[in-house]
Amino acid sequence: MPEMNMVQAINDALASEMRRDDRVVVLGEDVGKVGGVFRVTAGLYDEFGEDRVLDTPLAEGGIIGTAIGMALYGMRPVPEIQFADFIFPAFDQIVSEAAKMRWRSGGEYSCPMVIRTPVGGGIRGGLYHSQSPEALFIHTAGLKVVCPSNPYDAKGLLLASIRDEDPVLFLEPKRVYRAVKMDVPEGDYEVPLGKAKVVREGSDVTIVSWGAMVYEALAAADTAAAEGVDAELIDLRTLWPLDVDTIVESVKKTGRLVVVHEAPKACGFGAEVVQLVNEKAFLHLEAPPARVTGWDTPFPYSMENEYLPLAHRIAPTVLETARF
Amino acid sequence: MSDDDPTLGLRRVLRDDGSAQPDTDPFLADDVLLGMLRELLKIRRIDERMLGKQRQGKVGFFGTITGQEATPIATAFATEPSDWIFPALRESAIMICRGFPLGTWLAQAYGNERDVLKGRQMPSHMSGRATNQVAWSSCIGPQIPQAVGAAWAMKRRGERAIAVGFMGDGATSQPDFHAAMTFAAKWKVPCVLICQNNHWSISVPTAKQTASATIAVKAKAYGMPGVRVDGNDVLAVYGAIKEAADRARAGGGPTFIESVTYRMGPHSSSDDPTRYRSADEVAEWAKKDPIDRFERYLRKAELLDDARRAEIVASLEAEISAAIDEVEDLGPPSREVMFDDVFVQPPWHLREQRDELRALPHAPSGH
Repeated sequence: MPEMNMVQAINDALASEMRRDDRVVVLGEDVGKVGGVFRVTAGLYDEFGEDRVLDTPLAEGGIIGTAIGMALYGMRPVPEIQFADFIFPAFDQIVSEAAKMRWRSGGEYSCPMVIRTPVGGGIRGGLYHSQSPEALFIHTAGLKVVCPSNPYDAKGLLLASIRDEDPVLFLEPKRVYRAVKMDVPEGDYEVPLGKAKVVREGSDVTIVSWGAMVYEALAAADTAAAEGVDAELIDLRTLWPLDVDTIVESVKKTGRLVVVHEAPKACGFGAEVVQLVNEKAFLHLEAPPARVTGWDTPFPYSMENEYLPLAHRIAPTVLETARF
Repeated sequence: MSDDDPTLGLRRVLRDDGSAQPDTDPFLADDVLLGMLRELLKIRRIDERMLGKQRQGKVGFFGTITGQEATPIATAFATEPSDWIFPALRESAIMICRGFPLGTWLAQAYGNERDVLKGRQMPSHMSGRATNQVAWSSCIGPQIPQAVGAAWAMKRRGERAIAVGFMGDGATSQPDFHAAMTFAAKWKVPCVLICQNNHWSISVPTAKQTASATIAVKAKAYGMPGVRVDGNDVLAVYGAIKEAADRARAGGGPTFIESVTYRMGPHSSSDDPTRYRSADEVAEWAKKDPIDRFERYLRKAELLDDARRAEIVASLEAEISAAIDEVEDLGPPSREVMFDDVFVQPPWHLREQRDELRALPHAPSGH
């Protein structure tokens, strides 16, 4: 089994699915000849040609708008938005069009497509190459939102997303792209949408996270363990539809919850996770659920590590929650 | 550029005296011409009846196309059944003319149990897979790049079908218009993009929308043919669309058509146009009514007389009344269908919310 980083694993998923299904096409800014600014689509242009790997004009609304048309007509487009920070010119096409097509047509039309986009900080990208806008899309009825934390999940989730009948927003934590290598099967496999993964079992406190912050939460759990607190860590993998059962089951065991995400705190997805736990496991709680998140500011350049909820910020909250 | 430039001039067939310009006349067969008249009269009558239903409180909203019937009817006649229509607000009639059952179409305005959109969309937002009329939103312009994307797929799959995308004059100010024109020309896809310039975007006249000499001329900069056509001349519009569709099918790429027309009625049943435009302006355009002009031509060609016209009107009245009677008193859709089609299968949170609603008494009835 070859070792791959996340860039290679996503590339492998795209290439293998394009070989298997000729409805799959890739389009976006710089995705063709140069293989994308992160090289995620490297080699696809040479293998599949410009009919299936399209360097588009520079217009995110046009990329998603045309991808919707392709999907309506039976293709399986996988458009790339170069950075999640650039997705807003296409916001209307995603939330008013792709998300609502099946519903507004009474189920007669649909646009299965996967919008891939890198998210999060950690590459010194400042406020327009670092954001995590997942909550805006989760709030929109009709979209599935996925965020893998590692190469294995990235490949399996992407294959499942492309084969899904609903539009999927596939958020790729760019901080992880080349930072993590692991064994990734060469063949076909899916990681099912809507299923979280318990990446560290523990009995004292539940930590819920996703994407790049899973590694920070894991480091914080190690710090807590050294202090005698045994944390359980859940990697959501699919943000929406949420695997609420896995979270609730864990909280019923630990009685305590800490949610960690990069996005700003106010109306962040952590708030939804906390409230769902309140609704479904309130009487099991032994401490106030806590959030460790980005600040409610734009994403800063020089102060990137002060903004991110890194392990040194997570660990005290985990200990506090466990000892409440 | 001269006045002969198709993006600056005005392509016409019907002269004021009822004769046809031989250089642009599509020379349609007599039965096709009479079929066009029937559809034109039908749409006008449906609009009158449904605006009346709105005034009576039977439907909550209605957007009429009075004065603009020529473009949708010409589109229906100039396209093939496998072509896809991406409509805006005033193209709903295309699907009726392409064979969609009128009663089912009207059920959408009532939002009742027969509505194939399951009571989810406002009236005048009809779509239907059976006639390849794509579902659309009330947002201005997003359907234009979607039409281009569908056309890309048609080309890639080597199919004969083309996509026809619509917009109003206001939509040409949107980023989606710019993107659609850019992508369509660059990809050379089989589509026809049609702007119904009806001179008014609710209360804002086209003159406040753009400093461009015409809307059609914009096509030049994107690198595609543009045509400016008399939108109240059904034969001229037919000819322009047919030529564009033939070129698209033959691999010649997209065409942009500006159909110059006038919105005789309000923007919708919620609008009062006397607040922003003069009666004189409306009266001037009334003289150019697309149905009157076409009838003048048919009479001159001796295809139509008073008796024949009365026969058509009577048969339409019966057809429309029967369709209304068929659906007007049907009940509302089940409230639980709200939770269907958000996703292909409802996830846990929608199943939970559906159960929650099921346990509740019905809300007080709305409109």
